Amino acid sequence: MNPVLKLLLESGGLSTAEMAQVLNLSEAEVNRHLDQLRKDGVLLGWRPVLNIPEEDGAVRAVIEVRLTPERGGGFNRLAERISRFDEVESCYLMSGGYDLLVFVSGSSLQKVAAFVSEKLSTLEGVLSTATHFLLRTYKEQGFLMDTRAEDNERLKVSP
Amino acid sequence: MDTTRYIARHVVDLPRSGIRDFFEIVSKMQDVISLGIGEPDFDTPWHIREAAIYALEKGKTHYTSNLGLIELRRSIHRYLERHFGISYRPEDEILVTVGVSEALDIAFRALVNPGDKVMFHQPCYVSYHPSITLTHGKAVPVPTFAKDNFALTAEALEKAWEPGCKLLVLNLPCNPTGGTCTRAQLEAIAKFAIEKDLLVLSDEIYAELTFDGEHVSIASLPGMKDRTIFLHGFSKAFAMTGWRIGYACGPAALVEAMMKVHQYSMMCASIISQEAAIEALERGSDGMKAMRDQYHRRRDFIVRRLNEIGLKCHVPRGSFYAFPSVEVTGMNEKDFAVGLLKAERVAMVPGSAFGANGAGFCRACFATSYEHLIEAANRIERYVSKLKA
Ligand SMILES: Cc1ncc(COP(=O)(O)O)c(C=O)c1O
Repeated sequence: MNPVLKLLLESGGLSTAEMAQVLNLSEAEVNRHLDQLRKDGVLLGWRPVLNIPEEDGAVRAVIEVRLTPERGGGFNRLAERISRFDEVESCYLMSGGYDLLVFVSGSSLQKVAAFVSEKLSTLEGVLSTATHFLLRTYKEQGFLMDTRAEDNERLKVSP
Repeated sequence: MDTTRYIARHVVDLPRSGIRDFFEIVSKMQDVISLGIGEPDFDTPWHIREAAIYALEKGKTHYTSNLGLIELRRSIHRYLERHFGISYRPEDEILVTVGVSEALDIAFRALVNPGDKVMFHQPCYVSYHPSITLTHGKAVPVPTFAKDNFALTAEALEKAWEPGCKLLVLNLPCNPTGGTCTRAQLEAIAKFAIEKDLLVLSDEIYAELTFDGEHVSIASLPGMKDRTIFLHGFSKAFAMTGWRIGYACGPAALVEAMMKVHQYSMMCASIISQEAAIEALERGSDGMKAMRDQYHRRRDFIVRRLNEIGLKCHVPRGSFYAFPSVEVTGMNEKDFAVGLLKAERVAMVPGSAFGANGAGFCRACFATSYEHLIEAANRIERYVSKLKA
């Protein structure tokens, strides 16, 4: 695996200058690696992972979507079209009882509901939707929300 | 009332650990980046912790067999066959202990008569010398040198040997030097042990944390299994220091002798830790390898930086310790460590805490985050360049 990519996965918080130090590369070389990863479509972008109080955060929902497959393209055309909506955070093709699992977010329950009823379910080819609102987050993209438990005191010097 | 007069003489004479002295200074300071910690920065992988919780829920709250849970001894048997190429019978050649610490203690107590001589390489783990003293044995340190990357050589052993030597303690990879031996070097040590009729106590607690080349256990060499007590544990490789669990393996008669001491002093290791240990051995190898890979990259970084700074440092083949020389600074290791701590708030342990011939070196543990390592290296650089100026 690309050493820069490996380091990113291992400790995402490092600056490019720090990454350069760790990998014994110049900062320019690290940036070149990052550019290449972007060009190759491997590195898509950056996002902070936040723990925002529930009342301030966005309303999020997961939606199970059933689709009519199309000749030639299967589910791809519709899935890609759905993915383009700003409200959609993630979109996955699934095996099992439904076809797409769509994560959406909006500033209020009404807005998310309106997106589902007006935009999503009215699309030609969408057979049905089942919307589940997220109530509480315990872990997000590898990070625990309750960080207090992890605050362990270690001895400063030990044999 | 003077209560000190009640203390046994050999305990009065026992020196305090140099680590302890240094710890007292560090613990009074704020915002210290510590490279002085001899343990993984990772918490124990969750699946291992979960196995312990499950064990508690299932009512695993009782004493176990003195030797340890048979399921754990079977796991240890399989693990050692697979990864170390040594086969110990679960029934009578494996003893589960409260860390390698207890295994060392009961080994010395079971084996050392007053006056018996025990060889060990130095710089070394802080407890060897005092443990030997506590059993009224005589410590015979054997120096290892930076020029050999702190590998133990048969020549050094020959030179240090004296009549009456009975045991040889090995710790490869070594705390604090990170030194290891190649197979050839180990074969020479084995030959020496056979020639001098020594029993070997091999503390291989850092075995899994070998970054370059293979880890060879001396017990796996021809003729050595019968004269080796193999000590290992979970603290380092599986990030389980707080669980206090380890084991000793060896010829049944010797395990039986150690078990006698163990049964009267400890009874058995904590059952919860034993259950967790089974999980670690059976399903912990991916997590262990991920941690090892991280230590490996951190080692490459810190060793390179220390050498750039001028603190000459060999590449430790194993463990999570770098052992740089502070010679360029013109200071001794204690003044350097205390000066660095006060000026830049970085803690490294003075090498002399690990024996007299650790003088001139400091131990830097790299089991800490890149952010800390980068910042620590920058601070050390600043301190050293001020000294040079
Ligand atoms: C060489 C060596 N042996 C033994 C120990 C103690 O290990 P345990 O936690 O298994 O008692 C340590 C811990 O620092 C060590 O470095």
